[in-house]
Amino acid sequence: MTVQAWTFTMVGLSFALYIGVAIWSRATSTGEFYVAGGRVPAIVNGMATAADWMSAASFISMAGLISFMGRDGSVYLMGWTGGYVLLALLLAPYLRKFGKFTVPDFVGDRYYSQTARFVAVICAIFVSFTYVAGQMRGVGIVFSRFLEIDINLGVFIGMGIVFFYAVLGGMKGITYTQVAQYCVLIFAYLVPAIFISLLMTGNVIPQIGFGATLADGSGEFLLDKLDGLSRELGFTAYTSGQRGTLDVFFITAALMVGTAGLPHVIVRFYTVPRVSAARSSAGWALLFIALLYTCAPAVAAFARTNLLNTISEAPYEEVPDWFKNWEATGLITFEDKNGDGLIQYVGSNAVMDNELTIDRDIIVLANPEIARLPGWVIGLVAAGGLAAALSTAAGLLLVMSTSVAHDLLKKGLLPDITEHTELTTARVVAGIAVCVAGYFGINPPGFVAQVVAFAFGLAAASFFPAIILGIFTKRMNKYGAVSGMIVGIIFTAAYIIYFKFLQPDLNSAEHWLFGISPEGIGTVGAALNFVVALAVSAVTPAPPATIQMLVEEIRIPRGAGEAHEVSA
Amino acid sequence: MDTNDSRHQYWRRNLRYVGVLLIVWFVVSFGCGILFVDELDTIRFGGFKLGFWFAQQGAIYVFVALIFVYVFLMNRLDKRFSVDEPSTQAE
Repeated sequence: MTVQAWTFTMVGLSFALYIGVAIWSRATSTGEFYVAGGRVPAIVNGMATAADWMSAASFISMAGLISFMGRDGSVYLMGWTGGYVLLALLLAPYLRKFGKFTVPDFVGDRYYSQTARFVAVICAIFVSFTYVAGQMRGVGIVFSRFLEIDINLGVFIGMGIVFFYAVLGGMKGITYTQVAQYCVLIFAYLVPAIFISLLMTGNVIPQIGFGATLADGSGEFLLDKLDGLSRELGFTAYTSGQRGTLDVFFITAALMVGTAGLPHVIVRFYTVPRVSAARSSAGWALLFIALLYTCAPAVAAFARTNLLNTISEAPYEEVPDWFKNWEATGLITFEDKNGDGLIQYVGSNAVMDNELTIDRDIIVLANPEIARLPGWVIGLVAAGGLAAALSTAAGLLLVMSTSVAHDLLKKGLLPDITEHTELTTARVVAGIAVCVAGYFGINPPGFVAQVVAFAFGLAAASFFPAIILGIFTKRMNKYGAVSGMIVGIIFTAAYIIYFKFLQPDLNSAEHWLFGISPEGIGTVGAALNFVVALAVSAVTPAPPATIQMLVEEIRIPRGAGEAHEVSA
Repeated sequence: MDTNDSRHQYWRRNLRYVGVLLIVWFVVSFGCGILFVDELDTIRFGGFKLGFWFAQQGAIYVFVALIFVYVFLMNRLDKRFSVDEPSTQAE
C-alpha cells in the first residue's frame, strides 16, 4: 500500500469510529447536552479531558517549538501541565459540588450579579473562539499535506464531522468521542516516538532514551551530542536557555493559571457523579496528558539531532525525499546564498549565512518520514493530528453554545424559554459556531498565533481569581469580584494589544514592563485582579447570608450527586 | 458532622493539605525548573543535567503524583469527618 492509501485508511477508520460513538451516545436533555447528565466515570472523564485539552498545538506544534527553543521550551511543558494541579486542588471539587452547567453559572450565582455573569460569558466566548479557529486551520493543514486534497475541502470535512457529533450529541456525545480520539492520538504520538528512540538510542521508552547514550557506538550522551552540534553551528546549547529567568517564570505561571481558568477544561469537571470523582478525574487527565507531554521533549531532541546530522552541509542535490516533499508545501525553504550547492544551516551568531528556514510544525509531521518509518505510521500521525484538532474544537464549540443558550438567554435575556427551546437554541448556536470557525479556518486571520497569548492571559486574569476567591473567601462580594475581573482583563488586554497589535516593533525585552513579555503578562493581570478584588470587597458590604451559606456548602463534598438532579 | 466546629476543622485540615502540596508544586516547577535551574544543571543525572531534567520531565511526574496524593488524603479526610458521598449511585 502507498503512504497515501494508508493515510486514507487510517483517517477513514478513525472517522467511522467517531461517528459510530456519536450515534450511540446522543443527548436527549439539556443536562445530557451540557454535562452528559453528570454521570461520566472519573477515568473516562480524565481521558476525555486529556483529548479536550490537547489540541492541534500540543500534537502538531509543541515538540517542534521545543526542538527550536531548547530549554526555553519548558515553559509549555510545565505551564500546560502544572495548571492541572491548581485545577485539582483549588477548583474542580468545589465547582463539582456547586453543580450547574457552566463557569458563568458559578460566577453569576456566587456573586449574585448579572453583571458578573455577563462579563464571564463574554470572556468564555472570546477565549473559546480564539482557540477554535486555530483547530480548524490544523485540520486543513493535515488534510492538504497528507491527503493532497484542497485545504478548504479539508476544513469542510472537519466541520462536517464536528457538526455531526457536537450538535447531535452535546457533552455526552463529545465525551465518548473524545475518549476514542484520545486513544487514536496517543497511539499516533507514541508509535513514531518509540521507533525513533529505538533507532537513535536503542531504548524502547523515549523518556529514557532522551537521557541515554547514542546507538552509534560513540558512547556519547544524546543531549551532549546535541549541545555540541548546536554550538558548532552557532546556536545556543540545547540544554541552556536564552530567555530571562523572570520572563520564563511569568510565562509559565500565566500558562498554568490560564489552563486552570479555561472554561472548556473546567466544564469537564461538572460531568462526573461525585466530588471525589472530580478530584481523581483531574489526576487521570494529567496522567493521560503527561504521557504525551513527557514524550514530546524527547521527540524534540531526537528530531533536532537527526535534523542537524542529516541536513547540515549536505549537498542539496542529494537530500532525502522528505525534504523535497515538505519543500513543496513551503514549510521548508532553502536558498543557496553562497552558491556552493551545500545546505548551510547556522544559528544566530551567523544569521546572514543561514540558508534554510524550517517551519516548526514539520518536526512531528515529518518525523516518521525523516526516520524512514513504514507507511502506516505516517497515516497514523495524520489521523492523530486530526483527532487532536477535532476533539478540542468540539469541546470549545460546546462552551460557546452553552454560553449563549444557557447563560445569555436562559439565565439572562429570556428566562421563560422551555428546556426544549433551550436545547434547540444550543444546537443552532453550535451549528453557527461551526460555520464561523470554518470560515476562519479557510481564511485564517494573520493573528491566530498572537491571539493565543490573549486567550491564556484573559483566562488567567479573569476567571481564575474570581473562582478561587469565590470558594476560599466567604467575605468576597460582587463589587470586589467584578472590579477585580475588569481591572485584570483591561490591564492584560491593553498590554497584549499594545505590544502585539499597536506597536509590534517595540515588542522586545527592553520595552517590556520588568522584562515580562506579553505571553507572561496574564500572571500580573491575575495578581492585580486578586489585589483589587480583596481591596474593594474590604470596604463594601459583605455578601448576603444565603451566599455565605452557599460557600459553606460548596466546601463539603456530601450531596453533590443531588445537586445535579435539582438543577437538571 | 453537622456542628460548625467539625466543618471548620475539616476545612482547616483541607487547607493545610492543599498548602503543603502547593509548596511542593512550586518548588519542583518554579524552583528546580526555573529559578535554580542553572545551579542544578551542574549536577549530572545520567545523560541529563538535573535542572534541565526537572524542567522537561521531573516537574511533570511530580505534578501527577501530587494530584493522586491529594485524592488519597482527601478521601481519607472525607471519611473521617463523614462528609464522603455514598458510591451506590449508578456511575
